[in-house]
Amino acid sequence: MTSRGPNGSGPRGNVILALDGVTAGYGGGDILKEVSFTVSEREIMCIVGPNGAGKSTLLATISGVLRPRRGAIAFQGDSLVGLAPRQVLAKGIVLVPQAHSLFPDMTVHENVEMGAYTVRDSAVVRRRYGEVEELFPLVRERAHDKAGSLSGGQQRLVELARSLMLDPALIVLDEPSIGLDPPTRKIVFRMIRLMNEQGRTILLVEQNARAGLRLSTHGLVLENGKVRLTGTGREILEHPEIGALYLGGAVSDPARPAPAS
Amino acid sequence: MSTLIEADGVCKSFGGLQALSECSLSVPKGSISGLIGPNGSGKTTLFNVMTGYERPTAGEIRFDGTAITGATPEKVFGLGVGRTFQITRLFFRLTVLENILVATQRHEGWLRSVARRAGSAAEHDRALEMLEFVGLGRLANSPAGNLSYGQRKLLELASLLVADPAVLLLDEPTAGVNPVLIEQLSERIRELNRAGKTFLVVEHNMEFVMGLCHEVTVLHQGRTLVNGTPEEVRANPAVLDAYLGGGDDDDF
Repeated sequence: MTSRGPNGSGPRGNVILALDGVTAGYGGGDILKEVSFTVSEREIMCIVGPNGAGKSTLLATISGVLRPRRGAIAFQGDSLVGLAPRQVLAKGIVLVPQAHSLFPDMTVHENVEMGAYTVRDSAVVRRRYGEVEELFPLVRERAHDKAGSLSGGQQRLVELARSLMLDPALIVLDEPSIGLDPPTRKIVFRMIRLMNEQGRTILLVEQNARAGLRLSTHGLVLENGKVRLTGTGREILEHPEIGALYLGGAVSDPARPAPAS
Repeated sequence: MSTLIEADGVCKSFGGLQALSECSLSVPKGSISGLIGPNGSGKTTLFNVMTGYERPTAGEIRFDGTAITGATPEKVFGLGVGRTFQITRLFFRLTVLENILVATQRHEGWLRSVARRAGSAAEHDRALEMLEFVGLGRLANSPAGNLSYGQRKLLELASLLVADPAVLLLDEPTAGVNPVLIEQLSERIRELNRAGKTFLVVEHNMEFVMGLCHEVTVLHQGRTLVNGTPEEVRANPAVLDAYLGGGDDDDF
């Protein structure tokens, strides 16, 4: 927590993930166009943007599902370009997909343990499971209940818990608030913040831009496949052009320099 | 301007989920109207209710002043309400032209078309004319499956036009369509509108909807949030709140 002040102000820490000029798409067209940004250690970076901006494509590109056509993606100094999703995972990036990724007929305990299925050392798995239980009381309380019997918000918490089992260097969350009512969203977001306070670096995509940016130290607005704004969460929340980016209309210059970050 | 099609106090719930609550929308005759709103705000559900694909829990749908609530999709279509779908519904192994001819037969009832089998010369000409109109004339004999995503949308529009509906409801016509075709689609809609057709367009592409529509209705959480000109809608802080989400009490 020494590398930054509250809400992302102050200097940024060591860069952990760097995208440089990433262009990617499916079929004929490019969806991401020359996307560049960095995530530093211990940040929560939130990607927002209107429908069709390319947020999901960006996550697919980082996690190895989609290979970029041009550009570089470096994670802790190593290139991720051309790696399969399993190899990206092995590098320490865990993706939590958009909702419903638990096995509903397996218990909470089994689901969380499944998060460590690539770890051979059972002592390590036990130790991590203990840590996860410590952080997520729900995992202990509901250990033997089927995951499918939990509410949507509780399932989301179990998904977060499971993501910690590989001791990831970067956790990528795809729309963690989707389908949650505001009180439940608050519980889930508090847990994300707690994970961050315990040293986790988090990259998330959020449809609820205001809630996502309030949660995050840093933010980025993607629109039509391009990075339009970058800055701290607060800088983006208060940026006068965010409305135009969502509702169309006069955006002065798409290539304008972003506010200081 | 009189109202051509309207939803009045429409409610629709799926089990415990209230998708529409007292939602109202009116489309003036001769207008290009837009329907926008964040994901999950109820736009497609409203479309489905207005075109007979879903029955509302409460409220009324009127077309040209007559209640059509609960009428079947065929009935609604027959009255002159045409619609397209977010995901195009085409026969990929038939040619582009054949797809339109199938649509023609659908419009006049299956018995007559079975008796006659293939399209008449007049239908053929009309179909080709519509294909030319949407810019797909040279692809008439290609399999529909070979078309790009954007071209499929144009083909769906052409198929709809042969039925000559009074109002066309378009569900996300620009989704997945490249910018050149989007421009072409805008032009076609304007041209049809000048010739008297009324449109209601659901869209996420704001430049498209704001540039094209005379008036825009915004849905949020199944309710009508505001209705106005594109400028009024853009300047309304409640609309931005709906899109950016969150609440002032968010403190994590």
